[in-house]
Formats: sequence, structure tokens, C-alpha cells
Amino acid sequence: MVEVRQSTIINAPIEEVWAILRDFNGHDRWHPAIASSEIDGGEPADAVGAVRHFRLADGGELREQLLALSDKDRRLSYCLLEAPLPLMGYVASIRLKPVTDGNATFWEWRSEFHPPAHRRDELVKLVAEDIYRAGFAAIRNLLGRRDVPTPEARPVPAIMPPGPTSVAPRSIPTPSILAPPLGAKETTRAILVERYGGPDVLQLKDIALPPPAPNEVRIRHTAIGVNFIDVYCRTGFFDLLQPPGVPGMEAAGVIEAMGPAISGLSVGDRVAYACPPVGAYAERRNMTADLLVRLSDDISDETAAASLLKGVSASFLLHEVHAVRPGEVVLVHAAAGGIGQLLVQWARHLGATVIATVSSDDKARIVERLGAHHIIVYSREDFSEAVIRLTAGAGADVIYDAVGADTFAGSLAALAVRGHLVSFGQASGPVGSWDIDRFASRSITLSRPNYSHYTDTPEKLAPHVDRFFAALRQRAVRIAQPVAYSLAKAADAHRDLEARRTSGALVLLP
Amino acid sequence: MTKVYVSSVIPAPAADVWKIVRDFNGLPGWAPFVAESRIEQNAHADRIGCIRNFTLKDGGRIREKLLALSDYDLSCSYAILESPMPVENYVATLSLTPITDGNLTLAEWQAEFDCAPGREAALTQQIGNGVFQAAFTALKQRFGR
Repeated sequence: MVEVRQSTIINAPIEEVWAILRDFNGHDRWHPAIASSEIDGGEPADAVGAVRHFRLADGGELREQLLALSDKDRRLSYCLLEAPLPLMGYVASIRLKPVTDGNATFWEWRSEFHPPAHRRDELVKLVAEDIYRAGFAAIRNLLGRRDVPTPEARPVPAIMPPGPTSVAPRSIPTPSILAPPLGAKETTRAILVERYGGPDVLQLKDIALPPPAPNEVRIRHTAIGVNFIDVYCRTGFFDLLQPPGVPGMEAAGVIEAMGPAISGLSVGDRVAYACPPVGAYAERRNMTADLLVRLSDDISDETAAASLLKGVSASFLLHEVHAVRPGEVVLVHAAAGGIGQLLVQWARHLGATVIATVSSDDKARIVERLGAHHIIVYSREDFSEAVIRLTAGAGADVIYDAVGADTFAGSLAALAVRGHLVSFGQASGPVGSWDIDRFASRSITLSRPNYSHYTDTPEKLAPHVDRFFAALRQRAVRIAQPVAYSLAKAADAHRDLEARRTSGALVLLP
Repeated sequence: MTKVYVSSVIPAPAADVWKIVRDFNGLPGWAPFVAESRIEQNAHADRIGCIRNFTLKDGGRIREKLLALSDYDLSCSYAILESPMPVENYVATLSLTPITDGNLTLAEWQAEFDCAPGREAALTQQIGNGVFQAAFTALKQRFGR
């Protein structure tokens, strides 16, 4: 979480400044970055709950909701609902105070939000300077102009935003899928994310589909995997997707066209993939051939689409990030989830004692069937205490934790001496900052693996694919029938995934 | 309950201003109307509950108790135990807020008290202008404006 706090003194009485700022829909009249603004549903602009839907001078669209407004304290607060930038969890407040020995106004504008770590400095600077300080200058300018007597005896014209727009988000080059070369008329239906936000930003659109490049094949998708990483792409938490773009990193289908440089594959081959670049939520797409996996007859399209990314992940988590040995105690969080189900079965197959945590009794029954030795319903029981008890005080040798914020501290507490915490996701939020000195009390090892670093070349990927398919064939792991949604209902799939209403895998069917 | 509120812009960073005003025993160093001050029973001047016993330049004596002191919020609160002023239940808070634009400080001083009916205006004037504003003006001068 970062906090941005900017404050200034405006040489005008507080009533005058507040009259401008309290109009939640009036920012397009003074802030240089805002081109137009309207309140959704025609609510009064000062009604708590009102949502302003506004357009930046560069075309970006945002929605913000008024959370509180007090004329007595001269403060208001609001949060961001949708934006073209990953200002995650952004809540801001404006407050004014009078300066009594000068009839001036103190104005503070502050916010907290959760930027992706690699864009933290850029976003903090943008908010502090291009939004807040530019706003201070604009109000000063606006009030200054009002004080200047106009030479002509006619009404003061509407105030023009001063200066060039400075708040515009980074201009992002349009991806090639949206800019077909001349003469290419083909299109495909796809889920397009035009700005970061909630599930509603997943909209079915027709997009251009150029002919495959020399090293690409065109795939007609038959099933598309839905993964939590797609949520992170949709919200901007990961910048694997830059709007406008198509999410999705996993699918199965049939090759329907090939670039001239392709060898070893044929039109009609059944293939699957689980890798960047994003773009799987589409009826058809072009894809470089390097990382395609050819499917054998005993593996169905739906199984491949539902499990390849999770299976490859489980493979490197259990064999590379931490090589699980027989007799080790392995704790799997969110064990009824997509990767969790695979980790439970596979770790047991490798000879480990498997402790599974789940959020409900229904999910407990699922992981029981998968062979977990011990099951902890963590909504009912403190899981770290339970792990210590189940292991007679020893703790777990390795913990696979994709839950993040809610479980990280407990996981540290549940580890054995020389235990290994593998943090590979943050479904409940980022884990925040930790003082690693305390890890020494039990010589803890921490891993934070990134999918692409284990899978971005055929040499790295192939062993995991082979191992996973072998495990499927040997029935060391089984894939439950995935829950299917039509491609157009991608938003519903995301809602269900984020609300933890699902267990196992989800697929979209074009 | 009568309320007084005075605020001012001090031309210095909040940390610098706080160094001066956080010293509960330091009024003689910056408030123009205070002659001398001591903390009773040898307590530390930043200990909650300590009592400052100070003499005004006009000879009046005031005892005030520190109720709160926050180096995070840059604010302190205190209550009057004894004073020549006809006030009761007097609690005041002095707080600083950074003004990032120019590295200045917003200083606020507010008080609430009870008094006899008809005395509000005179007391508000005396406390707001004669005490708080006079002290802020002295602080401003100290930082060179």
C-alpha cells in the first residue's frame, strides 16, 4: 500500500474553494486532465454513492464513487471503480481547512492504493503530480481568473482548462491484433479488455485477425482455460495485458492455417498451449509455434484446456521449485482449487504426507476424495495450530501458498525448521512487506516463482508437459470435469472464480 | 461549550516547527507572553500526565496537564488545571500538518471550554487572538517571515 499526500494553500476563502470541490461532477470544469464527466443514473452529484463516469482528455474512461461528503468538515472521499491504470484499491480524500490569519484555505488531497510493485514509482508520481498538483494549480488559476475584472461587459466564458493535458496515462501502442494489415478483412470474436477493471470489462467484440506470420500458426480454439492469472491481467495487477487486449493464456484447439516457416506441425493437428502472450479468450488466434503442445488422442480438448497451465505449474512447483521427497509433510492451501487439486494428488503420489486447507465442508469432501491425509477447514480452525498439532510440533516441510495476504503469516508459523514456503499467488491480496530477519528463527526458505521463468522456452517447458501428461495417463492425477461457460460469459466465469464459488477448473467454450 | 479555532501558515517544514512546539516545557522559548515554565515533580516534558507550571509576563500563573502527544500526528492536547481565566473544562489541541507544496506547515490551535454566560466573546477574543494567534505570529517571525 502506498500513500500519496499533497497539500497546498489557496489564497481564497474556504467557502469559495469548497463550493467548487464539493461538486463531485464538476471536475471537468477545472481539472486539466478531465474532458467530460457525468453521474451514472442521474443521481445528485453530492449524494453519497453517486458514481461519476468521466473521460480523460486522451480518451481514457474512469468511474469513481463518492464515499462520503461532509459540508461541515469540508471533506469528501471517493474510490476508483474502473480505470485504464492499475491503481488498485484507490481511495482518495480531499479536505479543506481555513487559515484564519489570512483568509486563505489549506487543501489536502491524499490517497492510498496498491500499485503493482514494478509500477509503483511511476504511478505515485502520476497521482501526486499530474492529478493532485495539477489540480491545485488549476483551482488557483480558476480563482485567480475570477478575481481579474473582465474588460468586456459580458458574462465570463466557461473556464477553459489551462495548459496541455498532463494526466494522460502512458500511451500504449495498439496491439497488432487490433490493427489488421491492409487487405486483411478477417475477424474473430474475442473477449476484449478495453480498460482495467472488474469482470464487466470483459466484453465480447469482433477483432481483426491478420494472416499468421511466418513462424505462427492460426488455431481454432475448442476450449479455453480460465486461470486466476487472467484476473490479475484484467485488473492490471500484472501487465501481461495492456488495454485494449484479449486475456487468456491457455487453450486447446485445431491448427487451421500456418505461416511458411513452420515445420513439424500440420493443418488439422490438435494442439494446446499454456503460456504468454495473452489472447486465448478468442474463437481463433495466431500463436508462435514454439510452445505449442501436440495432443494425443487420449487427452481431450477440454481436459487439456482446463489443466495444462495448472499441470505444468504443479509440475515445476513439486519438482523444481521444491523437489518433494517421500516422507515430507506438504501443506497445500486452497486445496480444492485448480492447482490445489493437482498438488494434493501429485504430492501424495510422490510419497508425501499431504495436509490440505479448504474454506468449506463441501471443499473438504472434494480434497478427501483426492487423497489428502489431513484436511483443515481454515474458516473454522486456526490452520497453523492445526498443522503443528498434526505434525506433533514439527511443522510442514513445504507449504504451497497461492492465497497470499490471508495465509502468509500463518504459513510462516506452520513451517518446520528449514521449511520452505512457496508463495505462488495472492488470491486474497498481496502479502505485503516482511522483515526476513525473523525467518532465521527456523531457517525458513521462501520462493516466489514466476510461471514464465520456468516455461518460456521449449527446453524448459517440454519436461513439465511430458511429466504432467504421463501423470494423467498413469492416473497419478485426475482432472475433474471442468465447469464450462460460453465464451461470451467470460465475465461470469471471473465472478465465480473471484467469489471462490468454484472448485476445480473452469473453461470457456467458443 | 465555547470553541476557539486559530490556524496559520508557518514558513518552515513541519518537522522543524514540531521540534519547538512538542516541548511541553518550552513555551518561554517561543510564546511571547510566557516568562518561565517548569514541569512539576521532575517529570519528563513529553510524558502524558505531566504538569507544566508557568508564569505569564503579566504575573499570572497557569498549570496545565499534558493529555496526549503524538509524534506521528504532530499534535498535542492539554487541559487547564488552574489559571486566572474564568474558564472550566478547558481542553486545547495544537497540531501541525505538512503543506507539501512549498514545504510549509499548517499550524492549528483549538480549544473548548465552559464559561459564564456573556463571557464567551471576550474569552474567545482573549484566547484566540491574545494567546494562540500571538504565539503563531511569533513562530512565523522566528522562521523569518
